[in-house]
Amino acid sequence: MDFIHRRPLMAAGLLVLLLGLLLSAFPIIPETKQAVVVRFGKPVAVLNQFEAGRPIGAAGAGISFRIPFIDQIVWIDKRVQDVDMQRQQVISTDQRRLEVDAFARYRIVDPLLMYIRAGTEAQLTEQLRPILGSEVRNELGRIEFAQLLTPERQGIMDSVRTSLNKIARQYGVEVLDVRIKRTDLPDGAPLSAAFDRMRTAREQEARSILAEGGKQAQIIRAQADADAARVYAASFGKDPDFYDFYRAMQSYQITFIGDGQEKASPTTIVLSPQNDYLKEFSGRPR
Amino acid sequence: MNIISGWGSRVRGLFADTKGPWGSGSGSGSGGGSEPPPDDGQGAGPWGEPPRKRRAGLNPAANVASLDELLRKRLRFGGGGGGGGGLPTRPSGALIFWAVLGFIALWLVFTSIHSISPGQRGVVLRFGRYSSTLGPGVGITLPSPIDRVTKIDVENIRNIDLGSDDANDLMLTGDQNLIDIAYQVRWNIRTPELYLFQLAQPDETIREVAESAMRSVVSRVSLNDAMGDRRAEIEAQVAESMQRILDSYRAGIQVQGIAIKQADPPAAVNDAFKQVTASQQKAQSYINGANAYALQLRQKAQGDATAFDKVYEQYKLAPEVTRRRMYYETMEQVLSKVDKTIIEAPGITPYLPLPQVQKSTQQQEAQQ
Repeated sequence: MDFIHRRPLMAAGLLVLLLGLLLSAFPIIPETKQAVVVRFGKPVAVLNQFEAGRPIGAAGAGISFRIPFIDQIVWIDKRVQDVDMQRQQVISTDQRRLEVDAFARYRIVDPLLMYIRAGTEAQLTEQLRPILGSEVRNELGRIEFAQLLTPERQGIMDSVRTSLNKIARQYGVEVLDVRIKRTDLPDGAPLSAAFDRMRTAREQEARSILAEGGKQAQIIRAQADADAARVYAASFGKDPDFYDFYRAMQSYQITFIGDGQEKASPTTIVLSPQNDYLKEFSGRPR
Repeated sequence: MNIISGWGSRVRGLFADTKGPWGSGSGSGSGGGSEPPPDDGQGAGPWGEPPRKRRAGLNPAANVASLDELLRKRLRFGGGGGGGGGLPTRPSGALIFWAVLGFIALWLVFTSIHSISPGQRGVVLRFGRYSSTLGPGVGITLPSPIDRVTKIDVENIRNIDLGSDDANDLMLTGDQNLIDIAYQVRWNIRTPELYLFQLAQPDETIREVAESAMRSVVSRVSLNDAMGDRRAEIEAQVAESMQRILDSYRAGIQVQGIAIKQADPPAAVNDAFKQVTASQQKAQSYINGANAYALQLRQKAQGDATAFDKVYEQYKLAPEVTRRRMYYETMEQVLSKVDKTIIEAPGITPYLPLPQVQKSTQQQEAQQ
């Protein structure tokens, strides 16, 4: 107590120093990080290492211990990271080109190995990116263009993942997933050819739709004609002789008088007294 | 320990220095050599306070030989109740003690009671390690340096818009056509601790997964399906596929849904697509015309047949009479409306001035 009163500034300084020492001796390891403890350049321990299936908060993160000033901590992310492949051109077995974007998700499962082999996370990404690119190109180059677009694509990506994983393991990295983000036709000739094909396909479709419509219209008309014929036959067929007479009467009216909408052209009829209509003119012999 | 003792002596040396560390008046602080650098922000707070105050008071007194002399000087000034050596410090020491105590109490209250709103969860970290998740309401934790709480919105549904802003952002369909799709992903956080600790870039991940899932689904359907009535199915498939992928990352994210806002043919071939629509209309109009014709024809047939049937019914009752009657009626109607000539002698027909007869008829009509 006396020391504090006599030398307050110094006491405070010492206190702060002590606190700093304490804090640096007991580093706090966050959930999101793994820590490699390096003593004079030599890794001695790994803290909060990722373990598959261990629930969050189970163990690992939290307060830890190191020897101040001697042990350095290298922080390495524990979370799932992603690496994007540079967009590149893939040539399928049938010599067609496709621009492909892919990405991989990975996690550093062995931070020590990763620290030794790659150094920093940035360097790791730089090393994984070209590997991912070449794996994707190799795998996709083995198949036909049409297959790239079909469900089988997933199987292809699995094999990319497997082969990428083999390499990534050497860096203490586990690849969780590789996916194609985009597959596009390259600009220029392939794209315009695709547009042309689409355009002509549409034109073809338009014409066939028209032809189909015309055909249907024809069928509808013919069916109606047939139906009408059937109705007529059913009705008139009961007495063809009377129909002939009945229809003749109608026909005369329409021919000489008109059908009610249009008047018939003027007609002159020359009749002979022998005509059946005039038979009574001569006086019927009884 | 060598280092520490070395530092200690260095500190002592600093204080003993006749110039004094603040002699230059730069006020760059005593921190330079002695204070250990980082992360003691909270810890230093309460205890760091008193010396800092004194430091502030110190600056004007530039050329002091030693600390004790300085303190004496300050006493002589008799300024605003500052501390000093010897007896006079005791009451103000108590004041400082209570101030510190009050500060600590406030600190405890503010950092250990958390109010969490209904849509939120509070993720509690104890010394950096995940310990629990607080539900809505008031949550009590240990005070700040020990427990820290991150509040996360879980109910809030977030939107990501994808596609179509860029004219070249076309997707390939299963029939190797190109389609221009714009869609929106709606998602929220299902498990806040997974969301916080599993993925390095959750938002970017969702975006990429959405794009990958959408393209893979679109690559399985035809262009017409994607533009037309299978949209809902595509949306459901994408959502399901996204959820599966994100679950495999243990992302703690719930995909609420995908909405395809637009699915159009590329602008370059739009005219051809319009042509298809036009010919669909045209074909439909052909069919409509035929239908109208068919309807008309059937009705007429029905009408004719029914009329005949009616007459025939009557005709059967008295065939000969009806027949004659119809004959005479028709003849009356016909012959009353036409010009008639009755000629007795046979063989005269060629000499009849038929054209004149017709002309006169026409003139009559014109006059009428």
